[in-house]
Amino acid sequence: MSPNGQATLNRDIIVDGLWRNNPVFRQVLGICSTLAVTNVVLNTVVMCVSLTFVMALSCVTVSLLRNITPRNIRMMVQTLIIAFYVIIVDLILKAYWPDMSRNLGPYVGLIITNCIIMGRCEAFAGSNKPAASFVDGLFNGLGYSFLLLTISVFRELLGMGTILGMEMPYFSTLWDKWIIMVMPPGAFFALACVIWVCRSFKTKEQG
Amino acid sequence: MEIDISAQMWAAMVTCFSAVFTSNILLTYFLGMCPFTSVSREVKTSIGLGFAVIFVMTSTMAINWFAYHYVLVHFGLEFFRFILFIIIIAAFVQFVEMVIDRYSPRLYQNLGIFLPLITVNCAILGASLFMVIRDYTFIVTVGYGFGSAVGWTLAILAMAGIRQRLTLSRVPPGLQGPGITLIIAGLMALAFIGFTGVLQ
Repeated sequence: MSPNGQATLNRDIIVDGLWRNNPVFRQVLGICSTLAVTNVVLNTVVMCVSLTFVMALSCVTVSLLRNITPRNIRMMVQTLIIAFYVIIVDLILKAYWPDMSRNLGPYVGLIITNCIIMGRCEAFAGSNKPAASFVDGLFNGLGYSFLLLTISVFRELLGMGTILGMEMPYFSTLWDKWIIMVMPPGAFFALACVIWVCRSFKTKEQG
Repeated sequence: MEIDISAQMWAAMVTCFSAVFTSNILLTYFLGMCPFTSVSREVKTSIGLGFAVIFVMTSTMAINWFAYHYVLVHFGLEFFRFILFIIIIAAFVQFVEMVIDRYSPRLYQNLGIFLPLITVNCAILGASLFMVIRDYTFIVTVGYGFGSAVGWTLAILAMAGIRQRLTLSRVPPGLQGPGITLIIAGLMALAFIGFTGVLQ
């Protein structure tokens, strides 16, 4: 933090987003809309790319408009900015990849209410310069994506014996498939395990 | 316009039942997780939030149905639905807050703090988007909205009850808080899968 309360563009923002203040296992925010698509790796990749795109660009936009947004309606303005980018993503998916759009169902639209984007806009972009906000949004999105990708790799591998639809040796033949991993409870268990592992690392670092 | 009301009512009841048990919006679609992990510490607050969600979800689903079918489809602006739905939800919550504050200050004290939280509850927007994707009729929509909200409340109440007991048990340090909540949610989701065979 520099003297005037503005965060400077530096390594700290990146490390914060990726690990130290990771949206998923530190803050446990915004897992609703993305946890649902972690049963297949491909869906997760598309969802994470969309989310990172929306997050980075809405952070920039909120930051650009921060001085002319009236304070009492800022939540509404932020929601509309996020919704604008989500509509773009939704239309692109519908036009160029209709199958994927159908697979993801309502979850693309639900990026709007993903609390992590709102949280970053409110906590960081609302009071910082556009460049720093962009980096913050981007790396929070990446920090979020890498955890969800980890979860989805495990779920698809253990549940169906494939990764990205390709059959894996051993897992697709000898492995007794854990169907429960591709069903909803599997997502809860997988996320809990990832949080457990990451937080244990964290406690060691501090201790 | 001839609509078979009794068949519609029956369909609405089935949808409502399935939204509560077999396809619970929280445990199978992961919607509304944020308040679920943060508010579910006490049974009393969970009840308050639950009732607020039931009321807001049922009403906004009905309003959203009309707005979608008579405004957006009429003008061919379906891609605008995200913005319209979120504005309707936010406006409705604000309106209800003002009405309750004016006419029943006591209810406002109990329910008021939960209302703003609801605007960002993804379960409500999610249910509205499901309504569009699955092409529900009006009566079924109301049934679905009510059922989803009741199912959500049921899940958060059960979770709050379990978490109160949890304060007495020893949880590994890395798993405390959200970690253990998710494991419990997973076990609850497993239990709810048991309902799957009830319908059909």
